Amino acid sequence: MSDNTTHTIQLTLKPGQHDGDGQRVAEAAARHLGLTTGRVRSAALYTVRYPLTETQLSDFATRCLADPVLHDVRLNELTAAEGFATYILVARRPGVTDDEGTSAQNALADILNEPLDVHTQHIFSKKLYLLENDLPETDLRRIVEGLLGNKLINWLEVGRVADGIRDYTPRPGGGAEAITEVISLTGRTDAELVQLSKENIYALNLEEMRAVRDYFAAAETQAERKAVGLPVDPTDCELEIIAQTWSEHCKHKEFSALINYKDLETGEEKQVDSLFKTYIKDATSEVDRQLRANGNDWLIKVFSDNAGAVRINPDSLFVWKVETHNSPSAIDPYGGAITGILGNNRDPLATGIGGARLLFNTNVLCFGNPEFDGQLLTGQLHPRRILEGVRKGIEDGGNKSGVPTVNGAIVFDDRYAGKPLVYCGTGAVMPMQFAGLDSWEKKIDAGDRIIMAGGRVGKDGIHGATFSSIELDETAPATAVQIGSPITQKLAMDFLLLAARRGLLKCSTDNGAGGLSSSVGELAGISGGAVVELERVPLKYPGLRPWEIFVSESQERFTLVVEPGKMAELLALGQEMEVELTDIGYFTSDGFLDVRFDGAPVARLNMHFLHEGVPRKILEAEWTKPAAAEPEISAVTDYTETLTQLLGSLNICSRESVIRQYDHEVKGRTIVKPLMGATGQAPQDAAVVRFNFESWEGVAVSNGILPRYGDLDAYDMSAGSFDEAVRQIIAVGGKLPNLTPGDGIFWSVNDNFCVPDSVYDPASNPDGKQKLAKLVRMCEALRDATAAYCIPLTSGKDSMKNDFKADGVKISVPPTVLYSMTAKMEDVRRAITSDFKQADDVVYLLGETHDELGGSEFYALHGQLGANVPKVNFEKAKALYTLVGQANDQRLIQSCHDLSDGGLAVALAETTFGYGYGAEIDLPATGLPLATQLFSESHSRFLATVAPEDVVAFEQLLGERATRLGRVTLDGQLTVRHAGQPVIAANTATLRAAWTNGPVNKLLGVVSKDNLSHSNSL
Amino acid sequence: MVQEPAQGAHKVQSEAQDGRAGSSGAVQALILTGFGINCEEEFAAAYSLAGAEATIVHLNQVLHGQVSIHDFDVLNFPGGFSFGDDLGSGVVLANKLRYRQTSADGRTLLDDIKQFIADGKFVLGICNGFQVLVKLGLLPNLGGDVTPEVTLTHNASGRYEDRWVTLRVNPASRTPFLKGIDKLEVPVRHGEGRLVVPDEATRAAIEAAGLNCLSYIDANGDGTSEYPLNPNGADLNCAGLTDPTGQVFGLMPHPEAFLAAYNHPDWARRRRQNPEASEEGEGLKIFQNIVAHIAQKNSATAPAVQLADQN
Repeated sequence: MSDNTTHTIQLTLKPGQHDGDGQRVAEAAARHLGLTTGRVRSAALYTVRYPLTETQLSDFATRCLADPVLHDVRLNELTAAEGFATYILVARRPGVTDDEGTSAQNALADILNEPLDVHTQHIFSKKLYLLENDLPETDLRRIVEGLLGNKLINWLEVGRVADGIRDYTPRPGGGAEAITEVISLTGRTDAELVQLSKENIYALNLEEMRAVRDYFAAAETQAERKAVGLPVDPTDCELEIIAQTWSEHCKHKEFSALINYKDLETGEEKQVDSLFKTYIKDATSEVDRQLRANGNDWLIKVFSDNAGAVRINPDSLFVWKVETHNSPSAIDPYGGAITGILGNNRDPLATGIGGARLLFNTNVLCFGNPEFDGQLLTGQLHPRRILEGVRKGIEDGGNKSGVPTVNGAIVFDDRYAGKPLVYCGTGAVMPMQFAGLDSWEKKIDAGDRIIMAGGRVGKDGIHGATFSSIELDETAPATAVQIGSPITQKLAMDFLLLAARRGLLKCSTDNGAGGLSSSVGELAGISGGAVVELERVPLKYPGLRPWEIFVSESQERFTLVVEPGKMAELLALGQEMEVELTDIGYFTSDGFLDVRFDGAPVARLNMHFLHEGVPRKILEAEWTKPAAAEPEISAVTDYTETLTQLLGSLNICSRESVIRQYDHEVKGRTIVKPLMGATGQAPQDAAVVRFNFESWEGVAVSNGILPRYGDLDAYDMSAGSFDEAVRQIIAVGGKLPNLTPGDGIFWSVNDNFCVPDSVYDPASNPDGKQKLAKLVRMCEALRDATAAYCIPLTSGKDSMKNDFKADGVKISVPPTVLYSMTAKMEDVRRAITSDFKQADDVVYLLGETHDELGGSEFYALHGQLGANVPKVNFEKAKALYTLVGQANDQRLIQSCHDLSDGGLAVALAETTFGYGYGAEIDLPATGLPLATQLFSESHSRFLATVAPEDVVAFEQLLGERATRLGRVTLDGQLTVRHAGQPVIAANTATLRAAWTNGPVNKLLGVVSKDNLSHSNSL
Repeated sequence: MVQEPAQGAHKVQSEAQDGRAGSSGAVQALILTGFGINCEEEFAAAYSLAGAEATIVHLNQVLHGQVSIHDFDVLNFPGGFSFGDDLGSGVVLANKLRYRQTSADGRTLLDDIKQFIADGKFVLGICNGFQVLVKLGLLPNLGGDVTPEVTLTHNASGRYEDRWVTLRVNPASRTPFLKGIDKLEVPVRHGEGRLVVPDEATRAAIEAAGLNCLSYIDANGDGTSEYPLNPNGADLNCAGLTDPTGQVFGLMPHPEAFLAAYNHPDWARRRRQNPEASEEGEGLKIFQNIVAHIAQKNSATAPAVQLADQN
């Protein structure tokens, strides 16, 4: 199998060494597929396509690749299969990121002491599994496709060892390169235009296709094209650029549309002139006006760059961005999530000049029930597989970049089983100035060079922007999947930090959706044009056409803007830090985006048409209140069992197995982590991270998301989600903004809407008007919330087509919005954690409980939705939060936990998890039924404890907003009484075990009788 | 280079240097970064807080001869994912130090590091840095010939995990890094921290010399193999090793992530119990130890160091 330039190195574990990989395959096959594999042995394969002598090959294998303690090495033979009947080989398809191969290549270059082009792939890594049992090919396929690889990115071989092990090494490329085709639009019927858009994945509708046709047919366009030697009809590259620029993903056409809204309840009719402008941009402008009027001028950059920026202090900015990566995560969960988090990292990194230091990541994930045992649709992945893949993607994306994942959430609902939602957030710190220039500004002049930095370009990710703008079906294109390479991006990130600090960058942006087409196209809007010479773009392999090079979304790339005089120094730094930099053109001011290949024009588009020419959508929305009724649930006298069930339910149970696989404290600045306390098992409301080691200033980070309430009222769902995120920050000791003149307490919020297709179509989307009405109501609540709290939005995103269609079935996500909030903490040492601190501290409920069990976890436990959805009273909430802030100023609060899923009862249990305290609680006599008092999810409430000596001061300050419930005890018993009778009586260790051994930890194979606790501290 | 005021008083050095780093007389700590190393900032902060001068440099600046390790007192390999840990953690970086020639005469950085240790200087590796030192054979280096004798590999759980553990210092250990420390709470954050000692003889030799300087312990203070108290299933319940000289020290857990009391998961309750407790984290002690030791050594042997520098 070898010639003089191709060799295969096989590593297997020495006898006696634990083969964890093999064992996990055997266990997973038994557990998830019911297949008995017998013993499984794993082997690592490296195919080296590089001329090496026998000695060099052997040295490389034994000294660089093999661990002398662990591995046996075989050269150019796939053997060691005695006792094994069948095999599975997992290789990569051509051009798919192979970091392991690249690292092996680095090692080869080092041992040979030769310069070896690490950007061309010479080494291909693979995994071989040998199975003891003689399973039929169909079962082997189930194992490899269900557990080990993804057909879209992996080449998978299975078979009998006796028939010979089939190897596979990708040979990418081939075919002509410099081909640009012309696509005629003239004379096409409407149906043909729509067909063309669908076939080429332009994702443009008829009206948009007509606008494109008319642009090219215009006499002025024709004359311009003739002058530069372009054909009359558009080139493939031009249509691709337009499709990408006009994609919903990049242009937010539905958030900019004119919407005719009817409320069928009240008869009210109104026209909304752009959701974005009306409810987001204008609302934030009003907040900014109020802030500035009060001497709070920290809002620096909103909506106009890759991420929003607020001022921390006179020296530095906080940069914050949250995005989604839903469609890619549906078809390749690992690749989708890792590119999601790495792509989102690039947003703050490339805001303004670029070169911010990343401080933390967050993530919020929405999945179908991972215990689903029904029939999957064609192309649909099992929710468990999506969860595991996404989790691993976030682990690698964050951990390998050295960015702590400080908090997050997982929401389960069967309607996320088609398309999961994967929200990735990144906070960063940037100095106010780089080399004397304002860091947040993006300035470009004609003549500035366009530099591509980082990874190379392949076919991966072509059509990502347009693909994510349409609903998913079983024909999802393989090229839309990409695998991120955290190490490549880490090198580029380290480089960007230094280049910015040395004043070598004029500005930068990231290459995400739409690739160069998007990044250069948008930057060219600043100077007024650009010339790109595509033949200069370094490729992973030959065979890409010019349009593919321009729209490819190959990852880990930045586009840098550099003054010609600084090129030499920049290129030298890139070489030193092993980051590939390529000069691919320059900016102009002639009003055209001009793309060439080897001097020949492949695209030349009027910038005004490109950015402003998309026809405006006009959409219809109709609101009818969903029919809903409160259920009859018979009252019981003891709710201990109900509480235990809630603690072990899918949406409340512990996420420890997920959380611990994320590094949440690299950088050494995380002060409030997701799980705290002596046990390391007390869940917290918001993360707190300090900015550096020289001051105690920091930032609190929270996420609000409550999709189930949207089934009752989308307005209340959105308002509640906003309030949830605010109160989480108040709980950890944050303060509302603008309460005192010039206090400088910044807040920075990202809104992320993820909704099903909300464009009405009588056949394919008959309830589209109602869905759009829900979106309008969500936006109305957002406007009201920002105004009430004086909290500004700084950036955000909308994802409009979260539907999965296959086999004639459509699975649509419930309309979902995530509010991701950050707020300045003046002194992180004053942060408040949720868990009880000391026996005899007095327990209070802060805020008002109402008859609001609609959409609650308590009702869900009984299979009910109910009707009385929790509503936010912004005025009362703001008054309470202000007082809580004052109480914290006086250091009156010892612990504070916000009330959310499961209400008061669940919060009471969770606050005992940190140390094993108990509590004696007497519920007050109110008009509310007992179950409502225990489980209502009314907003704007906290469970707080106060030291006995501070009770008088605390009660004086909070007045009737605080209800005294009881006291913390040392005995580890949670006792709740109502009218003198015990209604909950449980050992808190038992409650903690129910929570810890819930379905999420069980699913990921982490179950423990001792709660996995860090018991040494007890 | 432009200093970012919000980002650290520690000296973040990236330019080529002339002569001996620093002129303040402070202990000089060199902290390597690049290629996926990601704990260099807190590492530098640890040395700064301990009173040393910390210099962060990209590994290529050392490999290309712009910075000499011999201008420093203590060489540090921070944690992270060097080269993505793709061939096994620390493997590719160790390979680079062992094989990449840094001068025409075939010298490698490993040759320089051996000289550095022979000069009586100190090397510290944390997490990925510990893995590098083990894969290089600098730890435990029982045979004195810098050949890999043990390895660090995938946790028994098969998972990467971030969790806090308690360590006990081996009373037989003589390394100045651990002087005066009995027990230590620290976070572990790794997927490949299981120490594998291949045979009984090696195990016995490590124990006899007290090179297994840190053990994962249970609530009774005894070394434990029980998950999650021992988070990875390490042989000898071992969390850290020194070489026989005590000058080279590596550990899987992250003392540089516990510089402030407020890093501990239970800080809020503990400070309620003891409001006057120090705001320093327990991890800082290791850095204070080595800085004090070197400062004392330097002041006692100043002329000799001068001579060595001139050679």
